Amino acid sequence: MEPVAVVGVGMTRMERERRPDGYADLVYEAVCLALADAGMTIDQVDNVVTISNDFFDGRTISSMAVQDACGSYDKNISTVEGDGAFGAFYGLMRILSGSFGTTLVCAHHKGSESDMSLITNAMFDPVYERSLGIEAVTSAALQARAYMDRYGVSEEDCALVSVKNRANALRNPLAQLPLELTVEEVMSSPYLAEPLKVLDCCPVSDGAAALVLASAERARKAAGKPVWVRGVAHCCDAYHLGDRDLSDVRALQRAAAKAYSMAGIDDPAREIDVVELYDAFSYMELMWLEGLGFCGRGEAGRLTAGGATSLEGNTPVNASGGCLAGNPVLVAGLNRIIECALQVRGEAGEHQVEGVRTAVAQGINGPCGQSHCVWVLGGER
Amino acid sequence: MAGEKNGEGKEAKEERKELIKLESGEAEQPFRWSAGTYGSRFLSELRDNCRFVGVRCPCCGRVYVPPRRVCGPCFRELTELVPVSDEGEVITFTVVSFGFVDPSTGRQKPVPYGYAVIKLDGADTYILHYLDETDPGKIKVGARVKAVFAEERSGSMLDVKHFALLRA
Repeated sequence: MEPVAVVGVGMTRMERERRPDGYADLVYEAVCLALADAGMTIDQVDNVVTISNDFFDGRTISSMAVQDACGSYDKNISTVEGDGAFGAFYGLMRILSGSFGTTLVCAHHKGSESDMSLITNAMFDPVYERSLGIEAVTSAALQARAYMDRYGVSEEDCALVSVKNRANALRNPLAQLPLELTVEEVMSSPYLAEPLKVLDCCPVSDGAAALVLASAERARKAAGKPVWVRGVAHCCDAYHLGDRDLSDVRALQRAAAKAYSMAGIDDPAREIDVVELYDAFSYMELMWLEGLGFCGRGEAGRLTAGGATSLEGNTPVNASGGCLAGNPVLVAGLNRIIECALQVRGEAGEHQVEGVRTAVAQGINGPCGQSHCVWVLGGER
Repeated sequence: MAGEKNGEGKEAKEERKELIKLESGEAEQPFRWSAGTYGSRFLSELRDNCRFVGVRCPCCGRVYVPPRRVCGPCFRELTELVPVSDEGEVITFTVVSFGFVDPSTGRQKPVPYGYAVIKLDGADTYILHYLDETDPGKIKVGARVKAVFAEERSGSMLDVKHFALLRA
């Protein structure tokens, strides 16, 4: 792959309700931060990829609502309806096509403006599934049970993820839910859908993020230290939950294998210094860690209990606090990439991990991690 | 006078701080989703005969329930409709404790309620449905279940009231 770098990043704070701003205001804030970080003006942006969802925004062609705010006026603009990790992938492809030297990618989400259960219910099949009330939390509970039952994972194993990530968030000024918690407190929080408890679940959030990708030639002109895309891939499993083994992580394993092969990574646990993954629910961090090859199936609970994924561990996971500390949907995957870029630059602030050379970001799309996008970022090409 | 002036100032400040939100109110976006030929057959069998039908892939042999036109893994068209049982097993489950207004009925299902992914005997894929049990301690992965049909049926998944746990 031709070298492409992340040269500018910007994230808003994640909040339960960002008043009084509309989503375009959030996008403008994130885009200005990313451009300033890249040392670029909007004129140096060759094309724009926006990330939005019409249901969440309550309007069709929702991308056009941020047209002014993302600086796409008089430019080539395209849109991804899905997680930010996938939107960034499309932004990368546009540079690889040779048509553009830079891509601005931006994502927004205002969970405060709609009803999360109703909208996530709408991602399911209207003929066979929707009328049965399934939505994000219910489907995640079904997956959690399938995973825990197959591999003998306990609710305490999952609770520990929530404790770890919310504690990490205490060091992240952009986090919405920094908390000092104990496993007992997570365990005694009320069930939403057994085995998932309130403190196993991400909050509803408002937020936006933006990043600037550049070809090698254009990256040279950017202000900061470029962070190179060393490998990236995505893979999609079946849509219907009933067509899948929900305890399975095959799509993630395939995406990771491809991304690692591009990056020349043979042993992820040894060669990857930090991971930012999509922990919308605590059990997901365990499943995705296994899918990313940091341990065998069913072993991530032990890995976590042993401290390997803590800030001081061998491979810190979600040093930022992850989605459990703030989950503006769609923005979340872009935040994972941005957090990894900052870690590689050594500029992650109080949650910086020492000596990061290689970082892995992961985003998901569709119910229960139907598809996965894996990014390997590094300081060297 | 000074007091009045202060009062006005405060009012003006309050006005500047006012944040306006527009409500969508009762606005709806009605749709008419086609169930397709096989979907219509599946739903009419539920409605008229309290039976489940699937479709078999000629290539991999998988029986899909509900039936659909194409086998994703094989990318082959499916034509052989086959009956499947109204009994099966729990693949995974949850007990839902939070309120949720069902968009298709506008009503909130009383909580808690059981929910499961179910493999009907004779099928290779699973369906989602309610369980009649709300104590998670009494539900097991692998438990046997049987469909309980609604008295009044209209050709939808809700023609099945729920699945009942079959006690050994």
